[in-house]
Order: sequence, then C-alpha cells, then structure tokens
Amino acid sequence: MMITLTVNGERVTRHVEPRRHLIDFLRLDLGLTGSHAGCEHGVCGACTVRVDGEIVRGCLVLAASLDGAEVTTIEGLTDSGEVADLQEAFVARNAAQCGFCTPGMVMAAADILRHHADADRAAIREHLSGNYCRCTGYQAIVDAVAATLSERAIHTPADAGRGDRTQEAGR
Amino acid sequence: MPTPASIGLSREDLPNSYIGRSVPRPNLPKLVQGRATYTDDVVLPRMLHAAFLRSPHAHARILAIRTEAALAVPGVVRVFTGADLAKVCDPWVAVLDHLKGMKSAPQHPLPLERATWQGEAVVAVLADTRAAAEDGVAALEVDWDPLPAQTDMETALDAGTTVIHPELGDNLVFTRTATKGDVDAAFAAAHKVVEATFVTGRHTGVTLEPRSIIADYNRADGTLTVHQATQAPHMMQTVYAKHLRMEEGQVRVICKDVGGSFGIKVHVYPDEVAVAAMARILGRPVKFIADRFESFASDIHARDHRIKARMAVEADGTIIGFDVDDLTGIGPYSVYPRTSAMEGNQVVNLVGGPYDFAHYRCTTRVVLQNKAPTCQYRAVGHPIATAVTEGLVEMAARALGMDPIELRRRNMIRDDAYPFTSPPGMRFEGLSHHASLDKLLEMVPVARIRADQAEQRKKGVYRGLGFAAFIELTNPSPFMYGIGGARISAQDGCTVRMDPDGSVVASSGVTEQGQGTEAILAQIVAHGVGVPVERVKIITGDTLNTPYGGGTWACRGAGIGGEAALQSALALKAQILEVAGAMLQAPPESLDIVMGHITDRATGAERMTLHELGRIVYFRGDTLPRDLPRELVQTRHFITKEYPFAFTNGIQACWAEVDTDTGMVKLLEHWVVEDCGRVVNPLLVDEQVRGGVVQGLGGALYEHCVYDERGNLLTTTMADYLVPMSAEMPDIHVGHVETPTKESLLGAKGAGEAGTAGAPGALLNAINDALAPLGAQVLEQPFTPARILAALGRF
Repeated sequence: MMITLTVNGERVTRHVEPRRHLIDFLRLDLGLTGSHAGCEHGVCGACTVRVDGEIVRGCLVLAASLDGAEVTTIEGLTDSGEVADLQEAFVARNAAQCGFCTPGMVMAAADILRHHADADRAAIREHLSGNYCRCTGYQAIVDAVAATLSERAIHTPADAGRGDRTQEAGR
Repeated sequence: MPTPASIGLSREDLPNSYIGRSVPRPNLPKLVQGRATYTDDVVLPRMLHAAFLRSPHAHARILAIRTEAALAVPGVVRVFTGADLAKVCDPWVAVLDHLKGMKSAPQHPLPLERATWQGEAVVAVLADTRAAAEDGVAALEVDWDPLPAQTDMETALDAGTTVIHPELGDNLVFTRTATKGDVDAAFAAAHKVVEATFVTGRHTGVTLEPRSIIADYNRADGTLTVHQATQAPHMMQTVYAKHLRMEEGQVRVICKDVGGSFGIKVHVYPDEVAVAAMARILGRPVKFIADRFESFASDIHARDHRIKARMAVEADGTIIGFDVDDLTGIGPYSVYPRTSAMEGNQVVNLVGGPYDFAHYRCTTRVVLQNKAPTCQYRAVGHPIATAVTEGLVEMAARALGMDPIELRRRNMIRDDAYPFTSPPGMRFEGLSHHASLDKLLEMVPVARIRADQAEQRKKGVYRGLGFAAFIELTNPSPFMYGIGGARISAQDGCTVRMDPDGSVVASSGVTEQGQGTEAILAQIVAHGVGVPVERVKIITGDTLNTPYGGGTWACRGAGIGGEAALQSALALKAQILEVAGAMLQAPPESLDIVMGHITDRATGAERMTLHELGRIVYFRGDTLPRDLPRELVQTRHFITKEYPFAFTNGIQACWAEVDTDTGMVKLLEHWVVEDCGRVVNPLLVDEQVRGGVVQGLGGALYEHCVYDERGNLLTTTMADYLVPMSAEMPDIHVGHVETPTKESLLGAKGAGEAGTAGAPGALLNAINDALAPLGAQVLEQPFTPARILAALGRF
C-alpha cells in the first residue's frame, strides 16, 4: 500500500508491504541506517524512534499504520540540534562503546529531557531500562543524562523550549 | 598525569603527553549521531540476502531436502545444501597441537548427513530480500530422522551414551590435569577442608549487533571481499582462503564499525563460511545478518561447567592447597580455530591464582553435547576459576571464624615476590595483590557496611559483602595459539605516516569494537610523534590497508597494538627530525616536536611547523640534500618475548541485599581495583571495567541458555534470556594500581576482562554472606530467585 508521512521534516511517499516494520522501512526504504534492529521483538530498544512526539519501538510498529504520521530518527534529532548538548555529554563521558545501542539510547534520553526534567539518577536508570547496552556499565550514560539535565536547569528557564537550539551552538 | 618513566621521554610536561590522559574518543560523535557504518548498513549492487533453515532437532539424520517449493517463492534465487557447498569448501577440524590428545570431528559450512544441535544451519536460501529468503526457508521440506540427543555432561562419558561422532570413539574431547606437591597427604593432614560443587550456567554474549557478514566474490579479478563484524580480520582472511582454496592475497576482510564482540565475533561460524562459499559460487555479493533467534541458537555459548572443588587450610588461615575437578560441555564440535578446550584449560591455569600455596591438583574434562557449541567468551575461564577460588576462600574464613580480608592478606602472593611461578605453571612478571587490596579498602567503607549489615539483620533484612581477588591473562604470545599450529597472530603492527599538511595517519592490525582502540592508538601516536591528538587519524579493520596482526582478543589492543603504535610513532619522529635537521642546519638531537611544531629542544623555541616541513618534503624535494631519505613513514611490529602472557590482577567487592521472601537479589554497590599496568586513557578503562562488571553480574544473576533434556533451547528471545538493565545495576567504583609490564616501553597490559573475571565471585560471596546467618548458601549460577529460595528451603 502507499503511505505518505513526514520523516525528519521531509515528506516521503512510498509503497510498503503490509508486513514491513517501521525499522525496516527506515533502514531499507529510506536509507536511514542510524536506527538499529537489535532484538526485533521490542525488548532491547536499539530501534527507538519518535512517532508523533512519543518514542516507539521501530521493530513493533508497522509502516503501513503510519500514513500521515510524523517520524523523527536519530538523524533528524541530530540535525535539529535538539540534543546537541546531550550528545556532547555522551562523548565527554564515554557513554558509549560499540555504539549500536546508542542512537536508541539517545532517543530515549531525549524523551527524559523533554518530559522529565526533574529526573534523578534512579529515575533516569528506570527510564532507560528499556534500552539495553552490553558494553558500558550504564553508569556513564546515566552520568551524561544527569549532567545534561542539570546544565539545562541552570541555563534555561523551566518553561523555555529547546527547539531553537542549533547544532552549532551545542557542539 | 606526568609522562610515565618507562616511556623514556625527557619532556614530561609537554602538551602532547597524551598517555594517561582522559581524551574523549574521536569516533564517538559519529556513534552518538547515528552515522556509524555497521556491516548491515553496507549495501552492494546485485546483493542477495541469505536465510537459513535451522535444525529443529538437537540430533537428527537428514534424510531428504526438497527445494522446489522454496525455489518457486517470488524473489528466491538459489537454494544451497551442505553437499552443494562441500564442492567448493573444505571442512575444518578444530584442534591445537599443544593441547595434547585433543580431538574433534570435521565440520562443514552446512552439515552433510546429520544435524547435531538445535539451531544448526542446514539449508541456505538466497533471495532478493531477507523477507523473501525467509519465505523460501518456510517453503523448504526436510525429512528428518530424529536421533537420541546427548545433553547431560555428567553422563557424556558413560557406557551406552550416544556418541555424537562415532569415529571419535567417545564424547571426550580433551582432558588435562595440573599437579604440584602431594595433594592427598596435604589434605589428610589439614586443619580444615572446605568443599563444594559449583555450577556455572551456559550463557552467551548477546552482542546488540548480531553476527553480520557480506561476502562479495569478483570473478573478474578473482578476489573475495568480505565485510564482516569480526574481531580478527586477518585470521578470517586466512580461513576463507584456506577453506575456499584461494590464496590469502585474493581475500580482503573489512570490518568497519562492530556492534559489540566480547569474544563472540572471534570465531569461525559455519553459516558465515557458507555465505562466503555461496558468494564464491555465484559471483555476487551475499549478505547474512543473524536475527535474534539465530543469535541465541548459533552464537557461541560459554561457561557450561560443573566444578567439584576443595581447599585445605591450616588453623591460622594459611592455604595449603586446592583440589579441583572441572567438567565442561562444549556442544557437538570444537569451534574453529581457537578450539573449545581453552575455557577448561584456563580453569586449570587460573584456580588459586592470587595465592601462594604448595599443593595443587586440577583436572578439566571437556565433553561433547547436542547443544550449541561453546567457545571463548569475555574473560575465558576467569570468572569460573575466580568464583571457585574465592567461594572456597570465604567458606574457609567462615569455617575458621576469620575475617575473609585477613585470610586473603595472609595468603596473597607478596608484592615483592616476583617473578613468581604459580602451581599450574603460570609465570607472573609482577602483580600487586596487596597494594590492590589496600586500595580497595580505602574505597570500601567496610566498618560502616558491617554496622549497617548487623542493624538490618535485626529487621530481617539480609545484606552481604563479598570480595573476589583475581588474576587475568592478557597480551598473549604465540604460546596461546601459534604453537598449536593455528594461524592466529600474536604480534601486531602499526604503520605511521606524516602527510603534507603535517597530519599523521596510523594503520593498525588491532581492531575497534567500541572499547576505544582507535582513541588510545591516536593518543599513543600523538604522544610519540609530538602532534595534537586531533591531527592523528587511525585506520583499522581492513586486511588490505593495515599491517598484519591478530586483531582484538584476550586483551591485546593496548599492550601489543599500542606498543607497536608507540614504536612506529617514535621512529617516525626520529625520521622527521632527521629531515628537519637538514632543513634547519641543526643536529637532529637538538630538535624536538611539540604539538605539531619543530622546536629547539634546549630552549623550546619554535623553529618550523610540521606542515611547512611536509610542504617542502612532498612538493619541493629539489631543495633538500640529494641523499636525504624522503619517506615520512615507519612501520613497527611488536610481540612479547620474556613471558607467554602479561598477567594482571585486581580485586572486587560487592554489596548486595537478598530478599528472603522472593529470592530476589538487589545490587547495592560494587567496587573494583584493577592493575592493567599503564593506564593509557582512564575514561575508557573505567567504563570498560564497569561494562565488564555488568556482564559478569549478568551471568551470575540473570543470563542463562536453558535447554530441556531433549536438547531444545528454551531461551530464544530477549524476553526469555535476561540481560542486565540500567535500573538493576549498581554504582560501580573503579580504582587503579599501576604495575607497568617491563616487556614494553608503554607498559600497558589488558583491562577489558577484569570486570567480568571478578564480578560473579564477588556476588557469590556477597549473597552467601547475606545468607550465612540463615545457614544457607548458593553455588549454582545464575543465582535465580528459585535457587535462592531453594537454598533457604522455601521452594
């Protein structure tokens, strides 16, 4: 069937088989290889992307159900600059090793930044529990998210939006 | 941190003294932005996708394979059976000459007559897409004759048990005993003997990126290019060439970004060789990316051991000796080319490792099973030997009414006792057990924890503190595999060149799987040449463009690859200064290179930039003396010489709470002190140690490949096979003691396996410390709620 949706701000129209999962649609049909298929049954979180503002598992959502939807992948999140500071904190703290889980981890962490600005370390660990990492001890990831939250709390009034932050400003 | 003395550079406060500094990884921005290139991200023209029919039986004869319906599926191009591939691919037998008496059976990419474990790839379907290939697999028809499955390692050697490969005579693959002293007499005379039977559960690596390969055979030039998620590209080059009957020079192996390895991706998998063989036959690229079911059923498993162990002590806590019987099951084949006997062999080498004692006997027996093959996985044998040793040490402390820390201190090899040869014959150049214990006790608030423990017990809350000291084998020499006849290189090389703009490119045989190899190589090269680290680019993972090397396994990246990088960088620096001396009319020894500038060594005054030197060498060589060497490139290879391995050591402590109603274990806090010699980048080492701890804790608490008695794998999804999540893991504190190896200028040993080596033993002791007042203990990993409740008599 034909679907039309917005991916990272660009309108795309494609023919998809009914069984095509979102993660395969993004990777195989659109060439957006930043999101990864780790377990293919919704457990590991490597395929986490944003659909209509909420994070979802790309391996559990059928592309055919997304006609008219707005999808953001790690590529779009990076280009918008929304999480440039978070990504900088990941680099500074070595909060990634092989990097395979990292795009999904960043998507999930971005969700904490958007919706849970007051999260403490325990809440961060809880929120990231759907994203498996096999390389780090998780601690550096928690450090990076906590540091970004506290930096934003210091530099940004609680009600200010983040969408205007450019990539250049963050990096 | 100043430049370490053993580096031998005189200017210790130079800005480009990068060794020992927490420099961020240059390849991290692409990983956090989703711009890495894993094998599955590579798409080649005319590429086909492979899917495999895998055996539904643990052991079955293949009577007939009917392919017509599969070939009729839209998109399906070809179907291959074992017989088809045997025409172009020779089988392998995974034994090593120095493992005396070892045997295994020939293994083909796809089996010819019998499937010997559930999940073994039997038939391959190639199609335009993976989905079509899977449709083709579903349409295949195979007639099976199920055979009795040999699944219990305790009965593997009994008369009447199914012999998996009748031509081998029995299911015993390898056995080895190490002895020293008179164990029977010593145990008979001992003040106390503690004994237990330990079990370590079968688990697997669960790399988040599954095994991935694209093989591309080009008929025009007769070359096979393989894009593969592998830790050892040069080793795989040899394997493909040898078994597909090609020259090594006709095969190129490329691994760009690799999504986790942990030893899982250092082995030869039959389905991956099948992909290369199919590409060879078709002359087209073939991609195979394992799905998660395939990973659980066909990635190597590890740690399937049953260990009966006893330890004898004198009344003052002096350890008299160990007597250990290890039994391990490895599946139906020894895995090529490292062999599956190594883990049991390591248990023999490592039991009792931190301690000085006189009497030792340890036997390992390695037997076949109709389960997935096991082989080397992170910290091979280490967590098993450590849990057994340290479990016995704390049992002895309880039996003697002695502080387990004091018992360790009385028995640990003295820090001034080196060189030292252990009872099973391991030679230690220099370890730091006492300094590491001292450091740990600075970090762990033992008195506060013991007070809290006593207070909580009054409320019915059971908390325990457990310790585990360990040794770790790193920087392996040819004594690991080479002497056994395997083409697994123990040396590694680095080529460093300066380009016209003064930037430096280094290519290395060691590889990057996320541990930060490229970052530390860049630091070492920047340090050695004298340039900003941002000016160094690293090339790894390409057999055509890197010096021959062993790749990444057994903790050799920093210690061997790093030393080759340092030596080549220093040689390039000397060459640059020779050219600079001619340009500046100054003796080369009066010059230095600091942050990309040629400087006067005595005054520090800048004389010339490297890009100016590059401009003249590359574009105005006519202005230089006629006989001056013009190459700004150097290569050095490094291999350890004096010791077969660089042993490292460390100690961990775990603080955990056991819920005696539910059997759940809550990890409260964890500490690690490890001595990896020179720490090149503390930021990377710390989080790698933590990652190792989490992997060790995962194996001890959650991870388990469970089979039923007929050999059916019951844990085939991540919902069944549990791995640690962020909410369950404790804060992990890491401290370091540095005892550089004298084998190299850099002094680095390995650090990647220390966390995994010690964590299960520390947790075992923490749980049993918690349960001690209830008269219960657990010895079988993973320590599931059911097992803990059973130990408490409540289940």
